[in-house]
Amino acid sequence: MFLLVIKRIFLGLITLFIVSLITFVGVEILPGDACTTYLEREAYGAALEACYERLGLNIPSYERYISWALGVFQGDFGYSLSGEMKINDVLGPRVKNSMVLASASIFIGIPIALLLGIITALWRDKLPDIIISTITIFSMTIPEFISATLLILIVAIWLEWLPGIVIVPTGASISELLPNIILPVIAISMIMTAHMARMVRSSVIQVMASDYVQMAILKGVPYWKMVFKHVLPNALLPAINVVALTIAWLLGGVVVTEVVFNYPGLGRLVIESISNRDLPVVQALAIILASIYVTINLIADLMTLILNPRLKSLQIKK
Amino acid sequence: MENVEQKQKSIFQKVFEIIKTMASKPSGLIGLIILSFHVLLALTSPFYVPYDYKAIDPSLMLQAPSSEYWFGTDSLGRDVFTRTILGGRTALTVTFFGSLIALIWGGSLGIFCGLVGGKIDDVVMRIIDAFLSIPWILAMLLIVSLLGTTTIVLIPALGFFYGKGIVRVARAATHDVIAKDFIVSARARGHSNLSIIWNEILPNVRDAIMVEGAMRWSWMLLGFSSLSFLGFGVSPPTPDWGLMISNARGLMSFAYWAVLAPIFGLSSLIIGINLTADAFAKALGIDRSTKAPV
Repeated sequence: MFLLVIKRIFLGLITLFIVSLITFVGVEILPGDACTTYLEREAYGAALEACYERLGLNIPSYERYISWALGVFQGDFGYSLSGEMKINDVLGPRVKNSMVLASASIFIGIPIALLLGIITALWRDKLPDIIISTITIFSMTIPEFISATLLILIVAIWLEWLPGIVIVPTGASISELLPNIILPVIAISMIMTAHMARMVRSSVIQVMASDYVQMAILKGVPYWKMVFKHVLPNALLPAINVVALTIAWLLGGVVVTEVVFNYPGLGRLVIESISNRDLPVVQALAIILASIYVTINLIADLMTLILNPRLKSLQIKK
Repeated sequence: MENVEQKQKSIFQKVFEIIKTMASKPSGLIGLIILSFHVLLALTSPFYVPYDYKAIDPSLMLQAPSSEYWFGTDSLGRDVFTRTILGGRTALTVTFFGSLIALIWGGSLGIFCGLVGGKIDDVVMRIIDAFLSIPWILAMLLIVSLLGTTTIVLIPALGFFYGKGIVRVARAATHDVIAKDFIVSARARGHSNLSIIWNEILPNVRDAIMVEGAMRWSWMLLGFSSLSFLGFGVSPPTPDWGLMISNARGLMSFAYWAVLAPIFGLSSLIIGINLTADAFAKALGIDRSTKAPV
């Protein structure tokens, strides 16, 4: 059990190491570098040399990778393209804003998803299921930017209930963010909830069809007692992993949603840094987002491990 | 020769039967109808669009829908109806060929890994895991911003990024059949690896890979439109739904029609593809609803 946990963490670290290699090599082999994009047309002669000198691009790439990776390991991402701002200072408030947005969506989304998933599974193919399932299919297939745009159009422009676009500075406090955050949270949690509700639904349906539940029904166990004692614990365990993967997958959607609402989080920073070709920041973002993904998956694996006694003696098969 | 003909006929029959099963449920039928409508529209729309999609006319700016301009005009005075019915062509072409590339490379690498196993498999799967943990949008944006937004770049880039999930599915499906008796006996008969892959494994994993590919198609469409929306997809005069939504968004408090028309186009196509893919999976007896959208 303990060994297994260590192994999972180790595998996660290897994944992160490969991610760092991929982004570093990717940025290296793609045409152009930080200096040529920064200086644009003046990228020749002394100015280019000076820029290389300043950003340390004149030393061999493997040495640069090692020093960069060591810095990242200690939580130092170096300087952004212009060389004036520390990337840590750029990232700090953005990370906080995105965390506020994501955790609000998760805390609202997961309970609703569980509820909807269980309802649709227990009333399978009846009216509640048909209505809820149709809505979830719609909200999970429609792209984030469409549902976000429609939300702004309907709630902010036509009904004038809430502000449609976030106009707070990057360093705003949580209380300042609060009224602005409602629409983005709805937009993100709508898709997330739909995905998770679908998975919970099919997981519960599978367990309901299993032999021991049939046995419990035959034995005359009261319906709700059976649902809570026999079905849900067994149905929700396998769902944890899938839910984690979904949350991680939705990171991409968060980027788009933040852009639609002009929300000062990591997502908008992705777009800004790529538009400015600020490659050091892009590298830092890749590592951060990948670590979030790896961490979420790790937590999910560990949770399944802790909650499922059967797995304690087994290897997790991926 | 007779044999070949017979085999071909049976493939057509099989396809026909699958489509019949798909259409037997209302959701599958709706999906098929929407999808074929969009494909037909994309193939034929250039022949009957009422206006020129790039004709800019300032005097016609932001006109409300009328009998002359069915869906109104946008902020540059272009006919929204024309641009909407043309708007799916690039998206459909790029994502269709992208999915094909994803299917081919993802499927072959997955089967290869499943068959070979051992160290090579471990290393490849680690790398695939690493690629999976980079958010697709970051990687796509980086590629597109450095290499340009032409279809030549977009198709392989999308194909590559959406293929890594197929690798996993193909590998898992191969693992399921690899220990079966018929593979062991093919090995004992002295068949080469290539012959085993083609004759024994492929027929058994084809369904799973194709279903995965169909799902990838709708996600790729979502990804492609998101790129267009963010301004990293097709370049401006080309009519494209994502781009149209992003352009019309700023003025939607006056001209909601310019944003609603492409929204309707894109949403209906994505829903159509999804319903079709779901029905396809069910027709082949594969349940996808418990899988995460990685």
